[in-house]
Amino acid sequence: MRVAITGMGIISAIGNSVEENFDALVSGRKAITDIANIPTVHANVIKVGEIKKTNDELATELGLSADNNYSRTAMLGAIAAKQAVENAGISDINQYKTGLISATSVGGMDTTEKHYYDYFNDENLVKYIAAHDGGDVAQKIAETIGLKGFVTTISTACSSAANAIMLGARLINAGKLDRVVVGGTDALAKFTINGFKTLMILTDGYNTPFDDNRKGLNLGEAAAFLVLESDKVVKEQNKKVLAYVSGFGNANDAFHQTASSENGEGAFLAMEKAFKLANLKPSDIDYINMHGTATPNNDLSEGRAVIRIFGEENVPDFSSTKAFTGHTLAAAAAIEAVYSVLAMQNGVVYPNLNFETPMQEFHLIPQTEIKHKKIEHVLSNSFGFGGNCSTVIFSKN
Amino acid sequence: MKTYINGIGCVSAQQTFEGEFAATFATNENLNVLPIVAPPYKDYFSPIAARRMSKAVKNGIVASTIALDEAKLQMPGAIITGTGMGCIEDSDKFLKAIIDNKEEFLTPTSFIQSTHNTVAAQIALGLQCKAYNFTYVNAAVSFESALLDGKLQIEEGEANSVLIGGIEEMTDYTASLFKLAGFIKKDEEGTFPMLGSKTSGTVFGEGAAFFVLENQKSDSTYAEVKDVEINNEIAAEILQLKVFDFLAANNLTVADIDLLVTGINGDAHFSNYYEELTQKQFAGTPQVYYKHLSGEYNTASAFGLYVGANIIRSQQIPGILKSNDQSRPAYKNILLYNQYRGLDHSFTLISQA
Repeated sequence: MRVAITGMGIISAIGNSVEENFDALVSGRKAITDIANIPTVHANVIKVGEIKKTNDELATELGLSADNNYSRTAMLGAIAAKQAVENAGISDINQYKTGLISATSVGGMDTTEKHYYDYFNDENLVKYIAAHDGGDVAQKIAETIGLKGFVTTISTACSSAANAIMLGARLINAGKLDRVVVGGTDALAKFTINGFKTLMILTDGYNTPFDDNRKGLNLGEAAAFLVLESDKVVKEQNKKVLAYVSGFGNANDAFHQTASSENGEGAFLAMEKAFKLANLKPSDIDYINMHGTATPNNDLSEGRAVIRIFGEENVPDFSSTKAFTGHTLAAAAAIEAVYSVLAMQNGVVYPNLNFETPMQEFHLIPQTEIKHKKIEHVLSNSFGFGGNCSTVIFSKN
Repeated sequence: MKTYINGIGCVSAQQTFEGEFAATFATNENLNVLPIVAPPYKDYFSPIAARRMSKAVKNGIVASTIALDEAKLQMPGAIITGTGMGCIEDSDKFLKAIIDNKEEFLTPTSFIQSTHNTVAAQIALGLQCKAYNFTYVNAAVSFESALLDGKLQIEEGEANSVLIGGIEEMTDYTASLFKLAGFIKKDEEGTFPMLGSKTSGTVFGEGAAFFVLENQKSDSTYAEVKDVEINNEIAAEILQLKVFDFLAANNLTVADIDLLVTGINGDAHFSNYYEELTQKQFAGTPQVYYKHLSGEYNTASAFGLYVGANIIRSQQIPGILKSNDQSRPAYKNILLYNQYRGLDHSFTLISQA
């Protein structure tokens, strides 16, 4: 199984393009800051991975008219998808049987929470009522790239974008689509800030993945999309292939609505499925881009699952990039897919920032300094609420 | 590999969770938001457990249990749900608490359960099903996305049996917003007929419908799912052509379709799409509609599939469903067409197994 990746687009706290993101990663430049765009009572006790552009600035960038009803999530998604389509050199999006598979967890919640009661007093706001759901985000992205055809959205919390990549690869593999734009988008919202706050898994400082003293995650916002194309399109159009999706797996932990199981059963099963499909062995993996949210529960559970797959002494170089970007929820697996491809293209393992003390439960030390080496295969994990566990394997050739 | 519907569970504004198909169906034209006919929840979970569950979770668990029981399936090879709006009862609750209490004194319960994949996750948790678990949230094609994925799982041999479902719940707050936005017909209209309606907006509802898809026929088989296609936009002028292409891809023509099931919802502003089919090439084809019984909601088309599958199995069309007076001696191929506000068009083809 392998499906070609021919384009990528991204906007995150560490950069507004693929190049800017890569530059920040190799320079060790994180973008976890005080929150600027959302008024919240928690402003002094949390830090976030925020894209320092206002909604007006994003709308101007997209050339939207004043009466548009794009949520921030939709704007971020539209910007990233547009970049991906351009990067893939696509001039006529409907030339082949093309699909869009978006992923989001908050959808248009950022506008809903802003106007909650005001809708009834200000008719100018009513247009945003239709911008609340995940489907509206996908429709706005489709409109931006001019796509008319197969459009759907996946929402499985923090593994959403991995599942979008998975479905896209499956549809191409089965010959149902020739080309598909896959990824995810999520804007910061009071809703998620308060949600994760009540779960007591937000750190008051900078997140420290796989550190024994980790205190929780920083939320972030981002969008990233990738263009997947069939061998037929790649051949006919003599496309430059950036990398391949070579395996994937989704499994359910079936343990708890929000917590991961002690031994990482779901994560283990997802990785196992991905290896089987990719026809690769654990020893073929050169770099693991961990989910690594820096919550006590995730890093322990994920670490145990990784040990079950690779063996404690044979875990390849690994890092979590969440210390750079924050946890971008439904966009996380998409931005990390872009980072995985860049890792292979440039032969670089990104540093796991903020790591000091190894965890007591096992001997797993993330790569803390940038490392240059040949990377043929990257494994990327993403896990979400509802026990949703996803793994995608990317290969250079 | 062929895909068969071998079990169905449905909770809706009608009594659909047990008994003979359509026996008690009744139209209520006096309401613009239809409440569900609640199943006996106590048969499915303890009152204590039920108190923590939203309507979506309760109805999803009941409907999926009925579908699995009918198919005599204990452990599905995948669980795939669709929900356009998600668990809005819990997300409304959490959001209101954030705003009313100025981000203080919050508890996580409703946040935890507000995630779109809560129903699929709760079913997996209950069954201890560690298989593939997906949730689609794309407005009116949320359910069709799940159906399409489920069919793909079976076609490609990824799973032998798949549990798919569409779930939607309504809340007072969302209903008030939908009225404000004109999605729900104005209260002042008083009565809300769906056929021949001259006003915009529709009558909303809620519900859950689950289906067991399997790669083998069984005693409980309703129909074979032949094909599903979704399109975000189709210009009305080319809608017929798109349908012909869809049928041609399945080696069928208009004449082969014995029944057209449409998502007519009484919204005069967008009824032209349905009329492209009902009043032109399919004018001589028997036609049924169902949203006068279920109400409109993002996954109401799952109720439509429940209707279509039952008609194909029983070979009878209950009068209350008919939207024209055509009939056929046999109903072998059924085409379902749905769209919402001109977007998210779906074609679903089911055939006698």
